[in-house]
Amino acid sequence: MLSCGGGSGGCSKDMAVELGDEPHVLAVDDNLIDRKLVERLLKNSSCKVTTAENALRALDYLGLGNDTLEGTVSEVNMIITDYCMPGMTGYELLKKIKESSVLKEVPVVIMSSENIPTRISQCLEEGAKMFMLKPLKQSDVKQLKWHLMKCRN
Amino acid sequence: MEVGQMQRRLVDYTKSLFMEGFLDAQFLQLQQLQDESNPDFVVEVVSLFFDDSEKLLNDLTMALDQPNVDFKKVDAHVHQLKGSSSSIGAQRVKNACIAFRSFCEEQNIDATLRCLQQVKQEYYLVKNKLETMLRLEQQIVAAGGSIPMIELGF
Repeated sequence: MLSCGGGSGGCSKDMAVELGDEPHVLAVDDNLIDRKLVERLLKNSSCKVTTAENALRALDYLGLGNDTLEGTVSEVNMIITDYCMPGMTGYELLKKIKESSVLKEVPVVIMSSENIPTRISQCLEEGAKMFMLKPLKQSDVKQLKWHLMKCRN
Repeated sequence: MEVGQMQRRLVDYTKSLFMEGFLDAQFLQLQQLQDESNPDFVVEVVSLFFDDSEKLLNDLTMALDQPNVDFKKVDAHVHQLKGSSSSIGAQRVKNACIAFRSFCEEQNIDATLRCLQQVKQEYYLVKNKLETMLRLEQQIVAAGGSIPMIELGF
């Protein structure tokens, strides 16, 4: 099941990916099996994938963390994160990303095993591009990639 | 036993796992993610599931053995196990976890202990089934055959 956010302008052209380039996706999930699954699904859709096991690691990777090392910030074209994570939730991670002048244009997708309408609208209102129900299937990720590439053109 | 027979046996065995509710359609998703460039994907994910689950079941046993049970902690572990089992298609384990979580919410110690036993039982059952299935696959590959894809009616 996919829920999409309303179109709010387009995507920044700084994030434009040339046709033929592989989009780089950061996947955040505290569950090892889910990380492996989402990684495989994304790679099968020709995405380059980096995984993070929690929101703090994700923030470090994105350059927003307290422990970000100089010169190690990588560019990502999309972030897909689990909602329920210990410490910082996916929702809180989403907020941090949207507060960042550097990263706020990066599409963020939230995943959850629980279908809670208030949770879904809360995430979409905060700027999530999409909300996806776990467990993820290949068709979900294909649709996701299609939306991502559509932003480019 | 020749390869064709082994393949038929595997197909029948795998189908029975779906019919008996041990596995659901999500397991098919996993199988579809396996190909020539990722020939061991299912084995890898299933092995991760075994390791992860056994650790969680140990954690759950310890958490429920405390004089003052921290049900939030118990629920967090069950949530993890529910997630993993759901992601690989271990339907009966997932369903046992769903029941478990509702009793955690009620903070019912007797019921949660029973649920733990139930989840353990379902886990060991599906572990056994998956190991058997993977062994059959290995035998086919070792004999030079290929793993047949399962077509299901639903």
